[in-house]
Amino acid sequence: MRLIKHKTHIDFLGKTRRKVALTISVLFIIASIASLVTHERPLELGIDFTGGILLEVGYPEAADLVSIRNNLAAADFEDAQVQRFGADTDVLVRLPPQDGWDPDELREELRSTVAVGTPGVDLRRVEFVSPQVGKELTERGGLAMIIALLLIFVYVMIRFQWKFAAGAVAALAHDVIITIGFFSIFRFSFDLTVVAAVLAVIGYSLNDTVVAFDRIRENFFKLRGVSAEESMNTSINEMLARTLITGVTTLLVLVALLVLGGESIAPFSIALIIGIVVGTYSSIYTASATALTLGVNAQDLLEPVKDPDLIDDLP
Amino acid sequence: MNRYPSWLNVLVLVMLMTGVLFALPNIYGSAPAVQLADARGNSITELQLSNFVRSLESDGVTPEAAYISDGRAVIRFDSVEDQQRSGERLRTRYDQETNVALTLAPRLPEWVRNLGLNPMSLGLDLRGGVYVLLEVDMNTAVDNRMQGYEQEFDARLRDARIRHRVEQKNQIITVRLANVEDTAQARAIIADADSDLLIGDGADGKSLTVRMTDAQIQERQDFAIEQNMTTLRNRVDQLGVAEPLVQRQGVDRIVVQLPGVQDPNELEKILTATATLEFRLVDQSGDQPGSRTYPGRGVEAPQVLKRAVIASGDEIVDAGFTYTPEGQPAVSVTLDSAGGERMLATTRDNVGKPMSTLFIEWREEDVMRGGRTEKRKVKTEEIINTATIRGVFKNRFQITGMTPVEAQVLAILLRAGALAAPVYKVDERTIGPSLGQDNIDRGFQAIQIGFLAVIVFMAVYYRWFGMIANVALFSNLIFIVAVLSLVGASLTLPGIAGIVLTVGMAVDANVLIFERIREEIVDGAPPQAAIHAGYEKALSSIADANITTLIAAIVLLAFGTGPIKGFAITLMIGILTSMFTAIVGTRSIVNLVFGGRKIASIPV
Repeated sequence: MRLIKHKTHIDFLGKTRRKVALTISVLFIIASIASLVTHERPLELGIDFTGGILLEVGYPEAADLVSIRNNLAAADFEDAQVQRFGADTDVLVRLPPQDGWDPDELREELRSTVAVGTPGVDLRRVEFVSPQVGKELTERGGLAMIIALLLIFVYVMIRFQWKFAAGAVAALAHDVIITIGFFSIFRFSFDLTVVAAVLAVIGYSLNDTVVAFDRIRENFFKLRGVSAEESMNTSINEMLARTLITGVTTLLVLVALLVLGGESIAPFSIALIIGIVVGTYSSIYTASATALTLGVNAQDLLEPVKDPDLIDDLP
Repeated sequence: MNRYPSWLNVLVLVMLMTGVLFALPNIYGSAPAVQLADARGNSITELQLSNFVRSLESDGVTPEAAYISDGRAVIRFDSVEDQQRSGERLRTRYDQETNVALTLAPRLPEWVRNLGLNPMSLGLDLRGGVYVLLEVDMNTAVDNRMQGYEQEFDARLRDARIRHRVEQKNQIITVRLANVEDTAQARAIIADADSDLLIGDGADGKSLTVRMTDAQIQERQDFAIEQNMTTLRNRVDQLGVAEPLVQRQGVDRIVVQLPGVQDPNELEKILTATATLEFRLVDQSGDQPGSRTYPGRGVEAPQVLKRAVIASGDEIVDAGFTYTPEGQPAVSVTLDSAGGERMLATTRDNVGKPMSTLFIEWREEDVMRGGRTEKRKVKTEEIINTATIRGVFKNRFQITGMTPVEAQVLAILLRAGALAAPVYKVDERTIGPSLGQDNIDRGFQAIQIGFLAVIVFMAVYYRWFGMIANVALFSNLIFIVAVLSLVGASLTLPGIAGIVLTVGMAVDANVLIFERIREEIVDGAPPQAAIHAGYEKALSSIADANITTLIAAIVLLAFGTGPIKGFAITLMIGILTSMFTAIVGTRSIVNLVFGGRKIASIPV
């Protein structure tokens, strides 16, 4: 069976197409950055980052959010956010860090407050995170992304050449910004698992990009006397089936995870699904187009004269 | 063409069998069990074990299995009722010598257990429990050490008959001397106490300033963390929690994970409590140097106590809750040899004189500083008991002056040892058992359905070659489970997400290979050559693709905490094992099925 016919000849990198793709990418990036800048809170950060208190409460019957909010307000927890969590019977209560809190008293107070008038309440999860821990996690998360991008740049530079590395990193930055922008625009909860997902997206999208680059290098040598644009176009066409099929199998499992994995893993699945769609697109357009715009050609990949003292290439 | 040497086929088979063996313990599920650990930290002996079992059998309960694992006795039961009843009985009968905990134990057959194989352990989000992140107050750890130096210098200088005053501020000890000519000798005495200390001249020419070196401070802090971890482990053991985890995180943090614990209230009191005791003589004249007045707790009278400590909490090797013959709650205390000797010498010289027991505790208080409330640990010292020394005693005695609950908690704290520095709680997560079970069910369902979807897709799309890729994918799952079981990493919900993602991505290598084979066929290569070229040419792409993902996973592992780590570990294992199964594993099957013979076409 085939998803697409063999030997497609789509002109991915033609001047007009490149412009259209560039415009689309720029629009998405502007929308993402605009949302991050204009919102008072750029992202709906989870308590992993902000610190605070989180309760997941299971009620025996469908929960009445209004009365829960009223009860919390009456008990001096006005700033509590109350929302459904997956099922009708599950409720998530979030509180910002409390001044001079005593976790034990607070827990007891919250426990009794959310249970007012409804016996048989199940306190499924309670999390207390101090703001200080949250701040550190934010810093570490940001640092992790920067280091990952840097290492990847170095790897692609060693394996290919700096123009390819620049293309790869441009594609990754593109994916990361749009994925995070999506979370900002749609106000999805951004927690620690989303950071993990974004890093996995970096890995995945790069995977796609590098596979395309690999073929481009091969064709640079095989197809002599052909322009760089043409031989890159051929390479992307040749890899199209593979790119789409791997995308499909990965999306299949992620949709299964989103639908069946439960509410707490949902932001993770959403981030990966967006990231993989965007990443597949970017490895076709952004990465190759950037390298092409930087004037990549077969000469760049010719083996330099080897210094006899140096060990051979890395595998 | 396309024949693997037989040793390579055998290797693939052996690897697969090994994987199956290590993954095997996970299929047996778990059973309710009681775990007994020796209260003194020794290993449980076979003799003890058979005693436990016999005592249960005499009550009419027959354990399903009983064995020793990691020095602890594990007794498995068929039902939760049996487990609870037996736990109760064992607890009342062996309370003095063991810590009894109710737990779940894997229902492994004996031969699997004897091979030392264990199933994956489940993270807290999958089994329920309490996670606490504690921060160690490093400043106090250093302060405590400085106080020790301060007392030591004071004693040594006094012995050398040098008139002096010692004071400590901001971790600098200032030794003021009455006579300038004593400076050289005092310096020598201090250097003799610890030659690493930095000794400088005071501004007035009549004093010395003493500081710890950075290396010493570092060492002291490491010691405080290590000591605190040991103490916390002991305390957790006293609580009767099975499979607790106490682990250092970063420079000054300690993670405590207690599976199965549902009420963090009691737990916190025990974990962060810093209560300890000191025994001091009452200064009856009230004017000895260094003497101070300490308040009494409740109706207890305040007393002026001498500076010298006869024995302190860290010299207590055992403590237990008991009642005096008069019916007062009491803590019976056993001192170590150094403390015992000093107690003996003191009581011998001071019969008829009063001695006080000082109860010391660090309490958290909110302090206003620059308009912000901050937390600070404040030291409270109260006399809980003053008694006249009636006779000479050494290392065993009783202390009274507390409520029964206080005495019980104090006994646990003393037995587990003191914290070298106070700890604060910065993070706490409690996961209920129902949520844990939900997470497991949902996670495994996601794996099953995701796996099924990929398998069907591959079989339809690549026909027989797709089936071969599916065999590789399934073996990959086995390998992931095997490696997780082997390295003892615990499986968490993000870990399951990592496995799911691996299932989707692992077929990529095969997709690359199969697409390449198709290309070769279209370009007119004969079937065998197409297979050969497909595998050969796809290799560099596969390696590149996997290494880049591996880079992302390693960065995640290095910078991530908690949930991120769990995801990174399974992702990493999945990438590595998938390289083996997708390249070597599928090739081996392809060669066996299609290799070495003439074929007209290949079903790819």
